[in-house]
Amino acid sequence: MAKEKRNIVIPGETIVFGNEFLPGDGAYRDGEDIVAGRYGIANVFEKHIRVVPVSGAYYPRRGNTIIGTIVDITFNGWLIDFGGAQNAFLPVAEVPRYVNKNEMAEFLDFGESVIVKVWDVKSRGVDVSMKMRGFGKIEGGMIIAIGPNKVPRVIGREGSMVKIIKSATGCDVTVGQNGKVWISGKDTDMEVATRKIVEFIADNATIVGLTEKVEKFIGKLGLKADVEIVKEDTDI
Amino acid sequence: MMMVTNKGIYIKRNDGRKMDEVRPMTAKVGIVPSADGSAIFETGKTKAIAVVRGPRTLHPQHLQNAQAGVLRVNYGMMPFSVEDRIRPGPNRRSEEISKVTEWALSSVVDLSEFPNTVIDVFVQIPQADAGTRVAGINAAAMALAHAGIPMKEMVSAIGVGKIDKTLVVDLDKYEDSEFHDAEGSTDIPMVFTSRGKEIALLQLDGKISVDEFKETIKMAKKACEDILKVQMDALKNVTGEDDE
Repeated sequence: MAKEKRNIVIPGETIVFGNEFLPGDGAYRDGEDIVAGRYGIANVFEKHIRVVPVSGAYYPRRGNTIIGTIVDITFNGWLIDFGGAQNAFLPVAEVPRYVNKNEMAEFLDFGESVIVKVWDVKSRGVDVSMKMRGFGKIEGGMIIAIGPNKVPRVIGREGSMVKIIKSATGCDVTVGQNGKVWISGKDTDMEVATRKIVEFIADNATIVGLTEKVEKFIGKLGLKADVEIVKEDTDI
Repeated sequence: MMMVTNKGIYIKRNDGRKMDEVRPMTAKVGIVPSADGSAIFETGKTKAIAVVRGPRTLHPQHLQNAQAGVLRVNYGMMPFSVEDRIRPGPNRRSEEISKVTEWALSSVVDLSEFPNTVIDVFVQIPQADAGTRVAGINAAAMALAHAGIPMKEMVSAIGVGKIDKTLVVDLDKYEDSEFHDAEGSTDIPMVFTSRGKEIALLQLDGKISVDEFKETIKMAKKACEDILKVQMDALKNVTGEDDE
């Protein structure tokens, strides 16, 4: 995510002119103009024009990892609030173990947090699943909210930023695409340090050369990221 | 202060502006970190803050629309925004402005992607010096864009008026309310879309002839170009930390 001249467009602005171009997500055609239909960065790929949002609420997509809390238990599943427009539905069948339908609260009770994968996005809601490695109920650690637009920076290219944090603090960091981060480690001090690093990244999400800044910040906390491994990772 | 008039013609504005000159404007987006989108728009002493929250589920359920999202605007003046304290909470005037803002904005937003949800726009006026509804609409349009809501185009709003026999752009409070001589003052808030240059809102309070009215539309169109520039600058130069 280099910060060369980012071409930010506002709704109603002409991005390109010409019949050969095709409007994609967030763009529409008006006569021969391709016009931005939302606020964001205009992305021209060959003849295909998209507008990628830079701000705003989280819209779930199939395949996203999200972190949410149980807000309701129905006869065949759970409703999860993940900060989106609607609640997500987790059916009993999408849970990795057998759950007695009369004692569903035994497995997931109100207010408990889960990491789930978005399975389907429909107009009436979102279906999620837990039936894969890395997903499930959250026990211990802390969840912080950073906002969905900062998630790519916290993850870094090919997960490089998360690797830096993990190697520096030894804590497990799971980033949900809905802007929630689960931090869990052996001791609370490290978890707090991890939290500080993640918040630092979120606060400086638009800065160029963030990796070096983060390394410096980690140094200030009296920790050290395993730089050798990290350098290789960032070069990918 | 007395109005400078010459035989019923308003010849000099009390703040030294030209008749077709807009008050100095500033705008910024992303001022409220907890919101999905937010903006502040200032013209002269008038300030308007707009906050967008949503899309989120709409309750009570009977208000939901299964085909498209619902836009809901809430306009309010803060108790300290004018010299005499105004009672907080909805009143006849704020309800009206909420509704007309909603109608003006719903002509450009496209909520078909968000059925059964609501997009809330909260417009607050911390400081008022006339033209609060147009400032509110300008701020709301920026906040909606900042919230990533699909919009066909932007809107810009301006108030054009007539003081006695002179047409003026962007009236301040003194011009709007203190002038009672001769023909009195007329106030016409207008909203233009940024691309089609269509009128999304037009209200008229007072008296005006057809010819003068046509002239005011021209003046408003010209002023809206300047306002759109300010709105675009604010949206394009997001400094960073603030977009969430």
